[in-house]
Amino acid sequence: MIPRHFYIAASVMLAAVLGMTIYAWRMRGRVAATPATSSDTRPVVAPVSGPTEQVTLFVAYDDLGILRPQAARIPLPSVRQQRAEELLRALIALYLDKTSPHPIPVGSDIRSVYLVDPGLAVIDINAAFADGHRSGVLSEELTVASLLQTLSANIPGILKAKILVEGQPRETLAGHVDLSGFFDVTAVHQLTSELETQQ
Amino acid sequence: MRSSRRHKSATLRVIPLKWPVLFFLCIAILALSAAPAERHLSVYSTAANYSVPLERLDGRDYVGLFELLDPLGTVSVRSDPPRWRIHYNNVLAEFVVGKSRARIQGRDADLTGRFLLDSGRGLVPVDSLSSILTRFLGGPATLHEASGRLFIGSIATHFTATVSPSDPSRLIFHFTAPVNPSVATEPGKLHLTFRHEPVTAPASPRLTFNSKSISSAEYSEGDGAAEITVSSAIPLIANFSPDGRTITLSPAKSQMAANSAQTSIPAPGHAPEPATPSAATLPTETRPVQPATQPSLPPVASIPRKYFAVVDASHGGLDHGEALSPTLAEKDVTVAIARRLRQELESRGISTLVLRDSDANLSLDDRAFYANNTHAAVYIALHAASNGQGVRLYTAMLPYAMGDDQGPFRLWGDAQSPAIPLSRATAVSVASELKKLQVPVRTLTAPLRPLNNVLTAAIAVEVAPPASDVSALTAPDYQQLIAGAVANGIVDIRSQLGAVP
Repeated sequence: MIPRHFYIAASVMLAAVLGMTIYAWRMRGRVAATPATSSDTRPVVAPVSGPTEQVTLFVAYDDLGILRPQAARIPLPSVRQQRAEELLRALIALYLDKTSPHPIPVGSDIRSVYLVDPGLAVIDINAAFADGHRSGVLSEELTVASLLQTLSANIPGILKAKILVEGQPRETLAGHVDLSGFFDVTAVHQLTSELETQQ
Repeated sequence: MRSSRRHKSATLRVIPLKWPVLFFLCIAILALSAAPAERHLSVYSTAANYSVPLERLDGRDYVGLFELLDPLGTVSVRSDPPRWRIHYNNVLAEFVVGKSRARIQGRDADLTGRFLLDSGRGLVPVDSLSSILTRFLGGPATLHEASGRLFIGSIATHFTATVSPSDPSRLIFHFTAPVNPSVATEPGKLHLTFRHEPVTAPASPRLTFNSKSISSAEYSEGDGAAEITVSSAIPLIANFSPDGRTITLSPAKSQMAANSAQTSIPAPGHAPEPATPSAATLPTETRPVQPATQPSLPPVASIPRKYFAVVDASHGGLDHGEALSPTLAEKDVTVAIARRLRQELESRGISTLVLRDSDANLSLDDRAFYANNTHAAVYIALHAASNGQGVRLYTAMLPYAMGDDQGPFRLWGDAQSPAIPLSRATAVSVASELKKLQVPVRTLTAPLRPLNNVLTAAIAVEVAPPASDVSALTAPDYQQLIAGAVANGIVDIRSQLGAVP
């Protein structure tokens, strides 16, 4: 003879299993409906708030093949490294805009900027940025010059710079412009002045 | 007296044997003429140029795989019918008689016909060679099936043909490697037949000349050989330069005058100019009909440079470069422009090496190595792009110097440093020529390898379409326009470039 309380306990447990199954099934459906993370273009870090500062962004224009300085007011943190990151993210946001003069791949982002004394800046971009970048000497050069000139013009003391992709060295951005070496900021200034005119 | 009589009687005894001998000779000639002519496949590779016999079986051409691979490496064969195994260097392949599927390095490979075994010889269809040799050799193999020519790796000898500006009755061929063709003549034509050289077709197989004496030259291939047929209104004679790279066709009657011409020795530091009219005055070897096996005259001076210009078609192989359109890759446009540029440069007397003349994959370091190793005066990298219009000319933007040159050794990253002024002057010269043709042009610096690794003057030319239509990049007229302007720019600055050792 099976005791009555055993029947009750077994029924409760069965009901709980059934309920959990239904709940798990519904949750799975919700996850499937959520967009993939790779296409999520929202900023990874929380937006910086507070007072804005005027900076100069060097913006690439594909139609003319030139680089133009453009004044912008963006909120910047006080820490130098974070300022550098926010500065480049502002530039990236401009390029990701629908009306971008120099479109870059959806999902492009600056992972980090490291400022190492004396005078070295390391820009770490994500894979989506490099993997989907348009190939071509001028296209790639406009991107690199835009990043480096914007950084060096607004963060004083940078003498040389290096670009990494997902924290790793890479030969080229998209098959042309060399990322294997360190960029000489003086040479970048010279390049920028060349790119500012159509000749 | 006695001996002469004995001799006479011996002669008399021999005479009756003449008729049987002649009879058997006729039979032998008839038998030989009735037999089908043996056909061969000419194989060109960096290791050796050779030919292997072709066999017609099952309605298609077959070739022995062992004979084909033997000159290229270490080959061993094990026949265990119906299986037949061949070991080439580190590659093992197994074929089954009567089957059209083989296994090479553990992977299936499809033949276009059945594998056959003939007295222990493994025979594969010729039209399967391109695919199966790639597996054996790990590199490209290009088959010209109709003409029976097989090119292994990036091997090709190109040529240009120009009428001498000073004497329109003379036609000058310049080849990128020494050649030794057989020469045959018939009324109105002269044939140069290349059996042992990987001579390949120019951009257009028919070249026409603005000359009353020599109207055209036509390239053709067949029976394992390449042939250039020159049509002329006058009898021609062929003169070969000592280095075997230049053949000058001139009227037969003017040969004496040509031989008496003064010898021209290139000044130290200057590149040889074999295709120029002055080069025709270099000591030459005359071959009216059959060529000698070796040049009869020694070189007159040590030549510091093999080539004056190195043209580098960027990308290649798996590196497609920019996808200019869904069906057009940058690597294909650059190689087409490179070939035109070589033709244009050589027609202006600039000896030129094209680094990539096939769909081969060359690393950036290799490109710089070859450019430096040839001691060329100028290096020209070619790129193509879909954005913008016209041409962008780049010189090296050197990386941040991480050290100093050590004695005679230069840092690889900024090897270009001493040549930067000359590179910029070259870019300006080319830009000037492009502007003359109303082609939009910009000169920029760029962090673009291997420009910074090249020791001599180095520029990169990025060709964009003339308008928004990307397909214009493949238009022969546009490519020719750009190539001609770049060549003119190089010619304009030749003396400055040549002065640098």
